[in-house]
Amino acid sequence: MTDSLRELAVWACLLGGSFFSLIGGIGLIRMPDFYTRGHAASITDTMGATLILLGLGIHSGLNLITVKLVFIFLFLYLTSPTAAHALVKAAYSKGLDAPEVQEATGAARAIRNEARAAARQGKGS
Amino acid sequence: MNVFAVAVVGILGTMSLALVRAFLGPTVFDRVLAANMFGTKTVLLIAVAGFLTGRPEWLDLAIIYALVNFTGTIALLRFSKFENLASDEQLK
Repeated sequence: MTDSLRELAVWACLLGGSFFSLIGGIGLIRMPDFYTRGHAASITDTMGATLILLGLGIHSGLNLITVKLVFIFLFLYLTSPTAAHALVKAAYSKGLDAPEVQEATGAARAIRNEARAAARQGKGS
Repeated sequence: MNVFAVAVVGILGTMSLALVRAFLGPTVFDRVLAANMFGTKTVLLIAVAGFLTGRPEWLDLAIIYALVNFTGTIALLRFSKFENLASDEQLK
């Protein structure tokens, strides 16, 4: 009874993780611009990875393998939001705008770049 | 039917979608995003494939991949932001 219940939990977790991974992959292809693609990629890192590792942990029971799984989970949980944040920040500081933002505020970017250039000059002198 | 085989197929499908984006991606940031996602999925693929083949020791490889993938992404981003991996400019 408990064995079949555990098997069912493993199935649910692994299938759910695969589902969220595929959803994120489809979003990565279909989303219109870079920032929304970042959102789609992040969901595979959180929901997909968490559910798959949880399924593996339920399958293995409590032993050294579970400890390794917890380590992988911790690394992924700490590093993938950091990587996503750094990526989007690098894109923003390079002046990459979403198409809607570009259309709505065509002048905003010019103003920002001007302010940046002025600040850089002020720092240099 | 083995549940690990199903999960491996799902992860491989996601990896191929990420590769498509890495080839298409108009900006360098799209490519880095896809490469980062590809690396994360590699970690999961190694872990699940280890269980599929009955050799969970592969989890050690997955841990190393997780660390290397993060370091590689951050290094690429530093390069694309500062166009240099260790200049004095960023310290000021």
